[in-house]
Amino acid sequence: MFNPLKRVINAGYKSFSRNIGLSLATVFIMILVLLLLSFVFLLRPGSETLIESFEERIDISVYFQEYVGEEDVLSIKEEIKKNPDVKEIEYTSKEKALERFEERHKDNPVIIESLKEIGYNPFVHSLNIKAQEIDKYEEIAEFLKASPFATLIDDIDFYERRLVIETVAALSENVRKTFLIFIIILGLIGFLVGFNTIKMGIYSLMKEIKVMKLVGASNWFIRGPFLVQGVIVGGISAIVSLLLTFLLTYGFDTRVQFFIPEISIFNLFVNNFWSLVLLQFGIGIGLGVFSSIVAISKYLNV
Amino acid sequence: MISLNQVSKIYPSRQKSGPSTIALDNVSFTVGRKEFVSLVGKSGAGKTTLLKLIIAEEKPTRGKIFFDNKDISKLKGFQVPHLRRKMGVVFQDYRLFPKKTTYENIAYILEIMGKKDEEIAWEVSQVLEVVGLENRAYNFPDELSGGEKQRVAIARALIHRPEVILADEPTGNLDPYNMFEIIKLLVKIYEMGTTVVLATHDKQLINILKKRVITLQEGKVIRDEQRGRFIL
Repeated sequence: MFNPLKRVINAGYKSFSRNIGLSLATVFIMILVLLLLSFVFLLRPGSETLIESFEERIDISVYFQEYVGEEDVLSIKEEIKKNPDVKEIEYTSKEKALERFEERHKDNPVIIESLKEIGYNPFVHSLNIKAQEIDKYEEIAEFLKASPFATLIDDIDFYERRLVIETVAALSENVRKTFLIFIIILGLIGFLVGFNTIKMGIYSLMKEIKVMKLVGASNWFIRGPFLVQGVIVGGISAIVSLLLTFLLTYGFDTRVQFFIPEISIFNLFVNNFWSLVLLQFGIGIGLGVFSSIVAISKYLNV
Repeated sequence: MISLNQVSKIYPSRQKSGPSTIALDNVSFTVGRKEFVSLVGKSGAGKTTLLKLIIAEEKPTRGKIFFDNKDISKLKGFQVPHLRRKMGVVFQDYRLFPKKTTYENIAYILEIMGKKDEEIAWEVSQVLEVVGLENRAYNFPDELSGGEKQRVAIARALIHRPEVILADEPTGNLDPYNMFEIIKLLVKIYEMGTTVVLATHDKQLINILKKRVITLQEGKVIRDEQRGRFIL
């Protein structure tokens, strides 16, 4: 191997192992920082899943005039499908609607009885629409009202459900914003804690760094071992915190699901595994190296 | 070899309105090749400041310092390490690397200079013999006595065969026996052909040496004698 590089790596490793108390303290803090950042990182897809599960429950229904037949409704359905704001569209025939109604109220003899009293199927064909985004429902409703088949439509329930839809939209917007602020603050805390831990570690070696300079070491020869230590600390911290993230998400999966059934933290871990690996190694090593370079530069000016 | 030309060093006060400190005031002298020079004076006379200026740890406020006819204050940042590799420095408080063994402390300088491992092993064993610490190679500094630490420091200053050794109160923390050993070592180095600049306030030591003495008082050179004695 290239001689100076071998020396620098060797010196970094020795410095790590001979200052083992300080090194382990740094590793410990870095693990906490990485766990915090991983938590923050998983919070985003987690909160997104939660918000989507709210929004998923929202839809609007379009009820057709009684005389409109199934074929017409199906061709209208195809027409509506072309609208890019529409995510899903489901057709419910009047027979199906009746069936569902009877199923839902089978324990209520009064309702079943009165249905029989009417003597015919009072339901109409309908289409159930889910929008791509929660704020697109109004546009879809307006689009339907302005469409050539508007006269065939009896009712769009957007106008009755408007308040609910807008409330959910506002809520998810708020949840998103809150999470974002949360993520930024926690990320910043993690960064500062990691940075300052390494800075203090280097501070304790200030005198040695100065002597290295005075006996003629070049800046890179002094920095090198610290960078190697940064890599070692970052690497170990990343491995341990990855393991801990696995154990924590695996162990607490069912417990968290008990409170928030929509979220499986273990699935979050699995689905984001490679991003997490990248995040933990990237931040662990990156923060270690970056902090070392910044902290040491102050003492190299001798 | 080392030449100071009307050098002054003034430290501004750390407080805004406080008085500034004049550490060196218009100092001029020359140290020739293979010379043994003692800088003497009370604490605060400017000995340490002078050495700091020579190793470019500090810049003079006024005046010029030449090493091998090069103006030190004009050196760029990346050139400074090369200057320092031509010197060996010994401090009163040893300043060994606490987490490196005796061997590694001494080898560090050669590593900086990019010497090969085998070469380093050979040179270090040679210099350990000179300072009499062959059996201390794998001890850490906190396992060594004061005298031994200072001998390691001298070995470190010596290992790369510098043109000059600058020793700042090297015997300040030692008992008379060890003091004598260190001085004998410095004289030996001098006799082997290296320039030695020794800063000290030890009267007895200077009187034994019978070498050139430059006396500093309040930042000024008040005496420069070829076979000097300690008079203040």
